[in-house]
Amino acid sequence: MTDVPYSEPALDRIERSAIIRDGIAVGVATGAYGISFGAISVAAGLTIVQTCALSLLVFTGASQFALVGVIASGGAPLSGALTGLLLGTRNTLYGLRLAPLLAWRGWRRAAAAQILIDESTAMSVNRETTEAARVGFLSTGLAVFALWNLATLGGAIAGEALGDPRTYGLDAAVGGAFLALLWPRLKDHRNQVCAVLGVVVALSLVPATPAGVPVLAAAIVALVIGTFTHSADPTEIPSRDDLPSGGERHS
Amino acid sequence: MMWAAIIFTGIGCYLLKIAGLSVPAAVLERPVVQRIADLLPVALLAALIAVQVVANGTQLAIDARLAGLLAALVALLLRAPFIVVVLVAALTAALIRLL
Repeated sequence: MTDVPYSEPALDRIERSAIIRDGIAVGVATGAYGISFGAISVAAGLTIVQTCALSLLVFTGASQFALVGVIASGGAPLSGALTGLLLGTRNTLYGLRLAPLLAWRGWRRAAAAQILIDESTAMSVNRETTEAARVGFLSTGLAVFALWNLATLGGAIAGEALGDPRTYGLDAAVGGAFLALLWPRLKDHRNQVCAVLGVVVALSLVPATPAGVPVLAAAIVALVIGTFTHSADPTEIPSRDDLPSGGERHS
Repeated sequence: MMWAAIIFTGIGCYLLKIAGLSVPAAVLERPVVQRIADLLPVALLAALIAVQVVANGTQLAIDARLAGLLAALVALLLRAPFIVVVLVAALTAALIRLL
C-alpha cells in the first residue's frame, strides 16, 4: 500500500476493518456456492482432483458451473471449455472498470487478476479512494478464494460419498444453480428477451446438434441483440446489494 | 481431454481477467463490445438452464428436473439464498423420483 497517492486521505482504522469484515462475510457466503459446485462437478463425472483444479485455476464460478454443466449433459470437454470462456468475458469488463481505481502495476496486477471476480468487483468498484478500493478488493477476493477452494474440496468429497447423483436430485441442482446465477440480471427487460431467445435457440438445436453446441449457439443471441440495441444495461456491473450477504451494511 | 479442457479454461479465464486490467480502456470500451459482453452471460446461462433441465443427450425430455427448476424459481421469488435454491431444486427432484 506504499504507492497510494499523497492527495488521498488515509483510510482510518475503523473504516478499514469494516471493509475487511464485509469482505470476509462475502467470502463465507460464497463458500456455500463452492460446496454445491464441488458436489455437482463430481456428479458430472469429474474426479475430486479435477474439480479442485478447476476452482484453483479457473476461479470464476459461472464459468466453472458451465464447464461441468455441459459435461453433465453429455457435451465434449472442449464445448464446455468454450462456454466457460465466453462466460469469463465479463471479468474483462470488470477489469476495465477497476484498472484506474486499483492502479496496480507489474506483479501486483498479475496476482490481483486471478481474484478479479463478481464479488471482489462489487466490493471495490464504488469506493472513493484507491486505498479503500484495494482493501475491499483484496479482502473480498482473498476470502472468497480461500473459502471457495476449501468448500469445493468439501463438496467434491461429499458428492463422491453420496453415490448416484440422480438419487439426490443433483442433476436437477445444476439447473437451479444456473437460475440463481442468472436471477439478478433478469430485472432488465432486454436481458429477459435475451434469456428467452437463448432458451429457444438452445432447445431448437438440441435434437439436431451434438451436446454442448446448443449452449454455444445461444451466444449468437447476445451478439445480435448487443449489435442492434443501444441502451446500457443497468445490471451490468454487480453492486454490493447483489451479493448474498455482508455487502449491504455499509452501502 | 478433461485435463486439457481444465487447463485451457484456466489459462483462458486468467487472460480474460488480466486483459481488462492491462489493455488500454479505449480498445475494449466501445459500447457495442460492452453490450455483447454484458449479454453473453444472460444468453448462455439461460441456454444452460434449458439444456440442463429438458435435454437428455440429443432428445428433449420432461422429468423430475423440470419440477426441481420450478421449485428453485419459487425459492428465488421468496428471496432464498443461493445454497437454499440449489438444495430445493435437488430435493424436489429427488422426492419426485421416490414417488
